[in-house]
Amino acid sequence: MLLHGKRRTAIALTASIGALALVLTGCSNSGGSTTADGKVALSFLTDNAPANVSLAEGLAKDFNASQDKITVKVETRPGGSDGDNIIKTRLATGEMTDIFLYNSGSLFQAIAPEKNLVDFTNESFADNVMDSMKPVVSVKDKLYGVPVGGAFAGAILYNKKVYKDLGLTVPLTWDQYNANNDKIKAAGKTAIIQTYKDTWTSQLDVLGDFANVLASDPDWATKYTENKAKYATDPVAMAGFEHLQEGFDKGYYNKDFGSATNTDGLRILATGEGVHYPMLTSAAASIIADYPDAAQDIGVFATPGDDPAGSALTTWFPNGLYVPAASKNVDAAKEFIAFAASTKGCDSETKAIGVTGPYLIKGCDLPADVPAYVGDLLPYFNKDGGTQPALEFLSPIKGPSLEQITVAVGSGITSAAEGAKQYDADVKKQAQQLGLSGW
Amino acid sequence: MATIAPTKPLTGRRSAPLLKRKKMKSPYSFWFYLVPAILYAVLFLVPTFASFFFSLTRWTIFDATFIGFGNFVQFFQEPNLVQGLVNTFIYATVTSALKVVLGMLLGVLLTSQIIARGYLRSVVFFPVLVSTIGVGITFAVLMNPTKGLINEALATIGIQGPAWLTDPAWALLSVALVDVWKGVGLATVIYIAGIVSIPTEYFEAAKVDGAGAWKNFTQIILPLARPATVTVIILSLIGGLRSFDLIWSMTRGGPGFTSDVIASVIYKQYQAGFYGLSTAGNVILFLIVTLIILPLSAFLNRKEVY
Repeated sequence: MLLHGKRRTAIALTASIGALALVLTGCSNSGGSTTADGKVALSFLTDNAPANVSLAEGLAKDFNASQDKITVKVETRPGGSDGDNIIKTRLATGEMTDIFLYNSGSLFQAIAPEKNLVDFTNESFADNVMDSMKPVVSVKDKLYGVPVGGAFAGAILYNKKVYKDLGLTVPLTWDQYNANNDKIKAAGKTAIIQTYKDTWTSQLDVLGDFANVLASDPDWATKYTENKAKYATDPVAMAGFEHLQEGFDKGYYNKDFGSATNTDGLRILATGEGVHYPMLTSAAASIIADYPDAAQDIGVFATPGDDPAGSALTTWFPNGLYVPAASKNVDAAKEFIAFAASTKGCDSETKAIGVTGPYLIKGCDLPADVPAYVGDLLPYFNKDGGTQPALEFLSPIKGPSLEQITVAVGSGITSAAEGAKQYDADVKKQAQQLGLSGW
Repeated sequence: MATIAPTKPLTGRRSAPLLKRKKMKSPYSFWFYLVPAILYAVLFLVPTFASFFFSLTRWTIFDATFIGFGNFVQFFQEPNLVQGLVNTFIYATVTSALKVVLGMLLGVLLTSQIIARGYLRSVVFFPVLVSTIGVGITFAVLMNPTKGLINEALATIGIQGPAWLTDPAWALLSVALVDVWKGVGLATVIYIAGIVSIPTEYFEAAKVDGAGAWKNFTQIILPLARPATVTVIILSLIGGLRSFDLIWSMTRGGPGFTSDVIASVIYKQYQAGFYGLSTAGNVILFLIVTLIILPLSAFLNRKEVY
């Protein structure tokens, strides 16, 4: 049973290459599958923010109960830039879940939707999406996502009970805001809460101030995208950085601002130890879940600027739900998307986390009894020009290092002017990476 | 200088039959080497050269555009790169210096006749076995300025501890100290091995000459444990230069950019989606480590005689 030398070599070669291929592809995903009871099993990826996990699980549970062919199972991923990375890598390798939740606006633009996502333009549920939402989940008039959750704002959460106790009124300008801060500090409380352990929370002074930038120049976002407007050279745009430095210089921040987390910040606000927290209003949903007694004590006002009539509210569109083109269960996934983009979907969301802001699905009205902070948001939404979209919905460029820069400015490590200059350089890098012209 | 005598005859004796066998035809034909060659090429050579290529492109994972040396120019213009470089050197120097000093002291202590020596040896080595990320997260909790165990313990004896990880002046140093806590066990083991291998005749002769413990240490242990010192310095310097996991789990380079090292700057660029730029950073890191370690290794090893 002697084999010819050459043939033996050939067999060995084939075997070893085969074994190698097995080793190298060992980690690949099996993709679509059916469960033991014959249902189609869909995976659904969300970030691990408590409100989004509850939202996703609520939607999955109600959808699973509404029909008997498909089961949706929720998986979680980290948020922030770690999460961006996971999304991009899983899309690029074809390992994405059947459905995933991700930001709308500039981050959505950065995941190459035309290449990676399923087009919803001709689906019947596409008509349920409100027109104002469509641009932030579309590329060239093709719709790739539907909104999940309510619209929210980047503004200042405040404790109404302390305001009442100290006899303060809601400030309309930055000077009034600082006057309030002085009184709060004199009363022995933390005037402004900052939580730099979760670095993303440091950006709100800059991002939430954008309505004031737009008030001074309605074309600012276009100029910014075209490399004509800069944070460092525009005093109105730089104000966000200056506010951060001012808060540090005047000692308004909580003593442990460097090591506090977002959860710590919400606790400090709910208990009234701290009074102002520049934050996304969606975060208030978890106060209501964790401190039901404080639910009616939490209010919101827009980040103040120079206008004595008050500022507009900087708003964020909800996250989107997307289906990757590489999914093996596109049709089943679309059924889930159709459910989420219907009034049944909003009802399910309200049931899961309560109302956090106006929905962007047609026919989804808000119930009469909304939490106090949502009640504070509605007048802005109902007023003409009362809201302005955040910069990330008007321009595809958002510099990835903003959170480190704002931490450095808010910790007194770099000056506001220096921080603004660093951010302009960061923005330039991102614009070049996106391949925009004029950079 | 010294010869570590006993090893030579041993290997000489053992290699004799091996040599004889080598003169016969090798029992392994060429295809036996083919599998490792393919594995090496696919897992090491291809990625290495691919990374050299991608460092010259603007790469989004979805597609790549060739931009020449643009990434390298960009990388050196990074405002925080200089600070990252300085921090890397501070970190590498502080950790390797402390590991040499503490590792040698512990090595001397744990080779002397003390109670529970075996137990103490394992205790010193134990942190090496624990996951770095776990250590980082644990110490981040312990070092919390207001609620952490360390500052609360200091407060009971009337000392106001610093904000270890959030004070810009302390952050990098705090991480370096934890790195030393975790890594000194390995240095100690290397020193124990080095000290134990010193022939006892030297100590006996020193005893006859009337040398005390201090003389023993400076005249015998210090020079004869030189190979151990070289190993510890090189290992901890390389480790320090490319350190990342501990820094990332404890401070993420923060507050701001104050504890950023080259590796964390590169990782943040990768996270941000600047894949070409971060690959260029890795090529630069590779060159820097090579440029430092090669001459240093040659310098430290030059006087060794085996």
